[in-house]
Amino acid sequence: MSNNGQSKWLATHIAALPRSGIRDFFELVSEMDDVISLGVGEPDFATPWGIREATIYALEKGHTNYTSNLGLMRLREVACDYVAANFGMRYHAAAECIITVGVSEALDLILRAILDPGDEVVYHEPCYVSYAPSIQMAHAVPVAVQTVESEAFALEPGRLEQAITKKTKAILLNFPNNPTGANLSFEQKEQVAQVAVRHDLLVITDEIYAELTWGEACQSIAAFPGMRERTIFLHGMSKAYAMTGFRIGYACGPPELIEAMMKIHQYSMLCASIVAQEAAIEALRNGRADMEAMKEEYCQRRNVIVKRLNDMGLRCTPPEGAFYVYPNITCTGLTSTEFAHRLLREHKVAVVPGIAFSSAGDGFIRCSYATSMENIEEAMARLAKFIAK
Amino acid sequence: MKEEILNLLKKDARLAPSEIADRLATDVETVAGIIDECEKSKTIYGYCALVNEEAFDKPPVRALIEVSVQPERDDGFDNIARKISKFSQVSDVMLVSGNYDLQLIVVGDSLQDIAGFVSGKLAPMNGVTSTRTHFMLKKYKECGFTAEDEEDYERLSVTP
Repeated sequence: MSNNGQSKWLATHIAALPRSGIRDFFELVSEMDDVISLGVGEPDFATPWGIREATIYALEKGHTNYTSNLGLMRLREVACDYVAANFGMRYHAAAECIITVGVSEALDLILRAILDPGDEVVYHEPCYVSYAPSIQMAHAVPVAVQTVESEAFALEPGRLEQAITKKTKAILLNFPNNPTGANLSFEQKEQVAQVAVRHDLLVITDEIYAELTWGEACQSIAAFPGMRERTIFLHGMSKAYAMTGFRIGYACGPPELIEAMMKIHQYSMLCASIVAQEAAIEALRNGRADMEAMKEEYCQRRNVIVKRLNDMGLRCTPPEGAFYVYPNITCTGLTSTEFAHRLLREHKVAVVPGIAFSSAGDGFIRCSYATSMENIEEAMARLAKFIAK
Repeated sequence: MKEEILNLLKKDARLAPSEIADRLATDVETVAGIIDECEKSKTIYGYCALVNEEAFDKPPVRALIEVSVQPERDDGFDNIARKISKFSQVSDVMLVSGNYDLQLIVVGDSLQDIAGFVSGKLAPMNGVTSTRTHFMLKKYKECGFTAEDEEDYERLSVTP
């Protein structure tokens, strides 16, 4: 059944997909005890109790059925109100919003809804590991534009424009960014928006970290002139509300695109879990104080980790958002994979090699500060010993 | 900055000024200066540890006491509340709205100890019109901290 370790039944485009670099590293880490992990891309907080309690109540009331393919109308309404209040775009709950199983599903839906074989999607690296594979699984071509440390990992509009060809259909954005923590300024977003309008492209904007910003408040590119009709805004509950396991995301955008996404969702996923949707309603209605408290804690951890890294000589751009730092490790002379493997073996600290997020990521590692202050201090002490060697 | 420092100390009074400075991305002199000023002005009026007294050989007895008082013409509730606060057995005094006026927490070595304090000292005070004593059986949460940890659920150690 196998040919070069692969089943002959596999589709060519799936066989060609690389395994996530994180996967191998995860298996290595999971074989070791007492590791302090800065490798986790999810909050270390449990979901706030008020949200958990509302989830239990939903179960008690017997809310255990399918929902509309688009999601519970009550959730779409509160989500659209939340987007209007926090981002400035007003979407119609009935036709311009769909509830999905995390932002990951929403991204997959919009890519499959718009892409024909051979179409190109321009995205920026370093980025979340699924972007290029998701584009490839939709039979399209991912085109990476590198963001660089000297520009604080912001997307440079000139370089973006150079990557656009006649085959380009969409631009995929993720700011605040995983893994760099970068955000775009108002002017930078405006310039990226102008590029999209000039080339008549759709913009897919993954704003899952939008609440977790340490400088300017979140400003969606969808709110810029000429953008609402050409933007799919992706957001969800996972990061700011510590609800990763609930798997609730949502997409807002033009009705014909939401309708197309709904068709795929209807035939593949059917609907997101009703219990998780009830939890999301509670979070969006009453979860802000808990969210703000977690945000304050992340901000303090960010200040500490940035200071410790820079003090030990690992140059680290202060992140504008999310809960990651992306320090430069070139002074060690190690590749990011060597660095991460040796740090794990010699000092039992897990970080993710930059190469997992970008072909040009070798001079960097990603450290997540979604872990306790105590863990951060201990990990930084061990890292400093490693660097000093 | 002052409120941020105070909020951090409320969560962990043992934080050193240098640790607070790192967390708030400021310098240690600024933090130490603000703490000093708050202590002098009594904005910070004490530091204490939250202790599970069940671990003591002889755990103290605590009672929550509801006290109704006759307010005074010039001082309202303040004069009598201050007098009650002076007793070493009284650890907390609050003026509250509702069916009674002052809520106290009183600490003693035994039930009799507290009963003796209430009947011998508190109830006979001028201005105290009635008391109602509730003995504390178990403490679950104090100052935002729970006495027992929530069970840890193991997270994946590396995720994208």
